[in-house]
Amino acid sequence: MAERNGMVEKRGSGLWLTHLGLIIGVAFIFFPIWLAFVASTVDQQDIVRPPMPLLPGDKFFENYGRALVSGVNAPVATMLWNSLVMALGIALGKIAISLLSAFAIVYFRFPGRKVFFWLIFLTLMLPVEVRIVPTFEVIANFGMLNSYSGLILPLIASATATFLFRQFFMTVPDELAEAARVDGAKPMRFFFDILLPMSRTNIAALFVILFIYGWNQYLWPLLITTDPEMNTIVMGIKQMFPSGDDFAHWPTIMATSILAMVPPVIVVIGMQKLFIRGLVESEK
Amino acid sequence: MEKRVTFKGIWLPLLLVLPQILITAVFFFYPAGQAIWQSLFIPDPFGLSMQWVGLGNFEFLLSDRFYRASFLTTAIFSILVTVVSMGVALYLAVLADRLIKGSGTYRTLLIWPYAVAPAVAGVLWLFMFNTRVGVVTWYLGILGYDWNHVLNEGEAMGLVVVASAWGRISYNFLFFLAGLQAIPKSVVEAAAIDGARFWTRFRTIVWPLLSPTTFFLLVVNIIYAFFETFGVIHTITSGGPQQATTILVYKVYSDGFVGQDLGSSAAQSVILLVIVSILTVVQFKYIERRVHY
Repeated sequence: MAERNGMVEKRGSGLWLTHLGLIIGVAFIFFPIWLAFVASTVDQQDIVRPPMPLLPGDKFFENYGRALVSGVNAPVATMLWNSLVMALGIALGKIAISLLSAFAIVYFRFPGRKVFFWLIFLTLMLPVEVRIVPTFEVIANFGMLNSYSGLILPLIASATATFLFRQFFMTVPDELAEAARVDGAKPMRFFFDILLPMSRTNIAALFVILFIYGWNQYLWPLLITTDPEMNTIVMGIKQMFPSGDDFAHWPTIMATSILAMVPPVIVVIGMQKLFIRGLVESEK
Repeated sequence: MEKRVTFKGIWLPLLLVLPQILITAVFFFYPAGQAIWQSLFIPDPFGLSMQWVGLGNFEFLLSDRFYRASFLTTAIFSILVTVVSMGVALYLAVLADRLIKGSGTYRTLLIWPYAVAPAVAGVLWLFMFNTRVGVVTWYLGILGYDWNHVLNEGEAMGLVVVASAWGRISYNFLFFLAGLQAIPKSVVEAAAIDGARFWTRFRTIVWPLLSPTTFFLLVVNIIYAFFETFGVIHTITSGGPQQATTILVYKVYSDGFVGQDLGSSAAQSVILLVIVSILTVVQFKYIERRVHY
């Protein structure tokens, strides 16, 4: 950092203005979340008679307890569980199948390898949103509506992760595979004993990105979980709004919104280094 | 690139790729193929048979006033989301880059909204601007402004744009900050010695050197605005008022699932497929190579 301490650096009033600008930015980012938190700790009466207070009230445990245990259509605890299963299923499932196929296309010569590689390339960046109607029909025909496999499988049907692992395997020195082969190690032995431990950081970084991707899904769970007991938390929030002219029960809804944010935020902050690495690598 | 050292065997690698092949074939290629196939037919009202119409669905769509309006809405929406979130992010990144100490703290404070789902962001902003209980609405009312995004098309668009851009600032900030920190400080300092003020240095040195990051973010943000903002639109406006916020992805959903117009919805999927393919190709081909300094 020494070379950054040069003459371009602002001191005195310039420095304070810089901090001020950043603090305004942070405040803008935080404000909606702060309001949601405040709303989750006050009474419905405090909200329906605007303006609502800007400091937290004393109904924290009451509101969160009610949301978790009874919710509106289904207990939020159930929705949290569904989201967790979906996010873990997507992250782990995609990592597992991608590791295996990336290993195959990098370390073997087999018929159809080229075709397979291009098929993989085709699936890059075509989001589930553009093929929802036919995918929905497939899931319905398999009887997978309102099931975890229906939530998970269509979202792991893309090969972004395969592509990343392929790139990484290409950088692994050939000598390692050479040595393993000379020692008479079977391919799967090489995969589990050498390649997998070497990929640890990449796997973790990808896990962070995929977990958030899975947790934050909205459209797909909205379509295929008609049973409130199978709703995920992110899509379940909208279902808590009454359809008519009634007042929505804001403290419960805001408590649920906060609960929906907490797991992915913990993952991002707790694994910040891996998260940044995962982002940069999965996008570039 | 090819590996020099490989293992022998044909059945093992085929077995290894099998899970991925099966899942992608059933849940990706088959539905994508179906979308293309269905886009060439119109189902009869009872869903019993399909009538071949060739490119009829596409012709109808492209001459459809509502679909063209949706195209325009999507264009305005994605440009606004991209400009707003990249603008704010660049401003914050330039400030954070000026700090020697503390830029890491600000980074931690600024990145975590990335983890907030678009649909949740939608609910948060809906709450602030709710016509009956929203805090911002109330204070705007005090100032004499009557906010009502349920009726006013411009306000509805403004709200979904801000809610979509808000969650995206973190992502852009991270990439801009990384881009800025990669610029050699000696170059900037040389300009400072020559007497260039901050704004001149930014315009003539920093901005051009940042262009690869900027172009990359431009494409990624447009893709985001096209496809991942469904949750924001659905929670805040449901495409209204008068379809003022019905972006293309929302229309695929509302025509396909709410309106049950499968042929049209499939044709719209195909058009989206083409758009996203073009964007992907642009991202892979041009951005890495064309933007240099």
